[in-house]
Amino acid sequence: MNPAAPTIVDPLVGARMFVIDQSRCIGCEACVQACEECGTHRGQSLIHLEFVERGATTQTAPMVCMHCDDPTCAEVCPADAIKQNEAGIVQSALKPRCIGCSNCVLACPFGVPKYFALPDQMMKCDMCYDRTSVGLAPMCASVCPSQALWFGTEDEFEETRSGQLMHEFRFGNQVVPTKVATVVADRTAGPVDVMTADDAPRWQDDPFGLGDG
Amino acid sequence: MSRLPVSEQELVERFGPHLNQEPPGGWNHGLDIDREVKTHCCFCGQQCGIKLKVANDEVVGFEPWYDFPFNEGKLCPKGVKRYLQGNHPDRLLEPLERDASVEGGFRTVSWERALDRTVQEIRRIQDAYGKDSFALLSGVSLTNEKSYLIGKFARLALQTANLDYNGRLCMVSAGAGNKKALGMDRAPNPWSDIPLADVVFVAGANVAECAPITTSYIWRARDRGAKLIVADPRVTPLARTADVFLGLRPGTDSALMGSILHVLIENDWLDHHFIDEHTSGFADAAAAVSGYTPEWGASTCGVPADRIIEAARLWGTSDTGMLLHARGIEHQSKGVENVLSCINLGLATGKYGKPGCGVSTITGQGNGQGGREQGHKCDQLPGNRDVTNPEHRAYVAGVWGCDESEIPGKGLTAQEIIEAIHDGQIKGLLSICFNPAVSLPDTANTAAALDKLEYYSVIDFFLSESAQHADVVMPGSLHEEDEGTTTSVEGRAIKINAAVPPPGNARRDWEIFLDLAERLGRGKYFRYNGTEEIFDEMKVASHGGTADYNGMTWQRIEDEQGIFWPCPEPGHPGTPRLYEGGIFAHPDGRARFHGIEFRPPAEVIDEDYPVWLTTGRVISQYLSGTQTRRIGALVEQYPEPLCEMHPRLAAELGVESGDLVTVRSRRGNMTTPARVVETIRPDTVFIPYHWAGDRAANQLTNTALDPISKIPEYKVCAVSVEKAEGHVEIRDRRVTTLQERAAGGGHTAGDPEGRAAR
Repeated sequence: MNPAAPTIVDPLVGARMFVIDQSRCIGCEACVQACEECGTHRGQSLIHLEFVERGATTQTAPMVCMHCDDPTCAEVCPADAIKQNEAGIVQSALKPRCIGCSNCVLACPFGVPKYFALPDQMMKCDMCYDRTSVGLAPMCASVCPSQALWFGTEDEFEETRSGQLMHEFRFGNQVVPTKVATVVADRTAGPVDVMTADDAPRWQDDPFGLGDG
Repeated sequence: MSRLPVSEQELVERFGPHLNQEPPGGWNHGLDIDREVKTHCCFCGQQCGIKLKVANDEVVGFEPWYDFPFNEGKLCPKGVKRYLQGNHPDRLLEPLERDASVEGGFRTVSWERALDRTVQEIRRIQDAYGKDSFALLSGVSLTNEKSYLIGKFARLALQTANLDYNGRLCMVSAGAGNKKALGMDRAPNPWSDIPLADVVFVAGANVAECAPITTSYIWRARDRGAKLIVADPRVTPLARTADVFLGLRPGTDSALMGSILHVLIENDWLDHHFIDEHTSGFADAAAAVSGYTPEWGASTCGVPADRIIEAARLWGTSDTGMLLHARGIEHQSKGVENVLSCINLGLATGKYGKPGCGVSTITGQGNGQGGREQGHKCDQLPGNRDVTNPEHRAYVAGVWGCDESEIPGKGLTAQEIIEAIHDGQIKGLLSICFNPAVSLPDTANTAAALDKLEYYSVIDFFLSESAQHADVVMPGSLHEEDEGTTTSVEGRAIKINAAVPPPGNARRDWEIFLDLAERLGRGKYFRYNGTEEIFDEMKVASHGGTADYNGMTWQRIEDEQGIFWPCPEPGHPGTPRLYEGGIFAHPDGRARFHGIEFRPPAEVIDEDYPVWLTTGRVISQYLSGTQTRRIGALVEQYPEPLCEMHPRLAAELGVESGDLVTVRSRRGNMTTPARVVETIRPDTVFIPYHWAGDRAANQLTNTALDPISKIPEYKVCAVSVEKAEGHVEIRDRRVTTLQERAAGGGHTAGDPEGRAAR
């Protein structure tokens, strides 16, 4: 990881944007259930929600499409089936073009696209374009009880939420600016190595005071 | 004679639970809808606003209701998938009478037959054994109007004292504690107070799974810099992020609160002005905890002493604070004492009657708050009135147009009714909206009681496990098939609107009670043309009581997006926050401290039963599961009960995640998969209680009751755990392997392999 503070891509000024704050997720699956109700892909949930490691923690991680500026899924698609629309939303593979090869599934650094044997097509989160294009919030962010999934303007975020927005991610040498943001405590602190524990002792290291934390 | 008419398997084959997987017409059916109906979720006391989409008189989906202020569109998965309980293959469409010669054990009968038989049996039993030998068990998924009607029906039509409700398993410890200490039974705060708190203390409440929307309120406080304290034997999804986690041993809550009070006093983190001006009894409370040092608390509760001190410091030195508690502390044989020990912390630091201050219970059931106020609780009359108080009785008799002597006295509570059936005092039972076969402790004891009844009639929309024991089952209405009001966790009365009519020959519940009353010769007390007329009588009956709805109308409730009681007169704005200015509801205006000495649970671990068992809920299921075990998408989330245990205990037992374990108590045993997690105390196992038969956690639980509230001790009993034969893959789609992800995402909602049914 590069220690330099990442640059921030300005979200569309005045426009509402999608923010994921994984730390607030309670794993309830309201997002999964609501995604399935969406009018454009009824019966297929396109959001991801997983335990990080259930044995150790109840931490769960919801993942919607980050809507990359230069989407890797589209770059690796041999059939040129994955398109961005005029608003920069990365869409599901075009049905007539998709050959079901799953290159996109393997290449996406965020693990977002899903291949469905029926109807032999890659489908993915399109930030509920049917809703957002008419001024409604996406289904998952609408229902999310903890508001780990959040939809609003940057001003609203700054007024009402703690943490800072992160719009750029590095995977090896690949730099991926995205339309969707995640939340970090301090953006200027540089990259966070999630595998290294904080130095300060925390109750999470020994929740029940067993002395073997 | 209420034994199952045919085998459980045959009953399940005909009546379910079967899983409703798709909306009417299937996923590919058109999305054209006729209307959207603004109403509220039927699951849990949060009562979130929701819009139901209706096509051809069927509920086909939902849309977030952004403008309802409590939840602003937010919903948990139960709310999202709630629409699948309609148009369900298990839905009861005709009255049924038990008949072992018929496939499935019940034959279809006419309404005439069902009503006549029920009334004949009521008369026969009451003539032979007395009026009180016929009992009524009700529930608080019902609206205020139905709750009021059923309370009146029991007293004036059945003329029995023995009416109780499943709020007995929910709110009664909190209600009794609030009445004793504060003079009134209501959470003192609107939820908009939570974001104003500088410290939020969650005690015995799995907020993320049982009151999910409250999570967002707590985060709004934290976004302002508030600290979060959580006391729970498990690191629940909200606890994971807490500033201070108090992972206490089950059944030691009052010791923990006592120890915190001790530290508050030691450090003088007290509001002396508030104590002097607005309370009484502080000296008693202080004396009771004089020996409850943090070290004593640590050894009693199994929580590090420094965390007790830190929790006390945060609570005692913050200007504002909210303490939220729920069934974790209330479902105990000292549930009321636990509640009072929490209230002591609020009073000692002056955290009442101000923005961002209060000690609030989180209501569990849909209308847990409103249901008990309207008088279908064995000791209460409408307006939270006392059935033993002559003035209260006289007022209600005046509204009802009956003689005061016609209103029976205080009856037995829910669990006591089961014991009275065993004792032969109660011979007949009518139940609605209550599934005691699953939800009461010691299921073998409950089933044996139902088997002893001479007559049992059930009103329900599905054939619940209790209804399997019935002689006559009358198909009632779902939440979305009738209108009325409920009162949410905040004490806010809200409007429930009917989206669709009852299907087939199912009927609205209140119409069934009117017909029964008529046949019992008491129809003159029950002349209503609709539920709004019931409301209009109910609000008069409530007038002058603490839960005063007199100034409300359906129209006002809808126009104002809910009204907080008390609302005594037309034009009164309602009362979102109670006890403003430190004026409490006791006649002298003062709140009462209580001296709370810790006492252990009714059953403690020993050599034979060396592990604590605690029970509770999961996010995707609601109560006894009559509704949610029939919704495929919810069952898929968490298909069967898992026994959560710490790796340390698992290692002692030689158990790995997925191994079957047999859990035994003095009441019964069950075998279920283990889930080995570091998020539970090593001396405790947890099993959720939503399932029936051999998967019921209540096979194990203890019928010990709180002496005041009569709530059963679901949250603490002693068990043994041993490894059993067999291993299963735990089905949880939130757990996927790297290989599954590479292959396309593991379980998805559209993947039939992920749809577990058993």
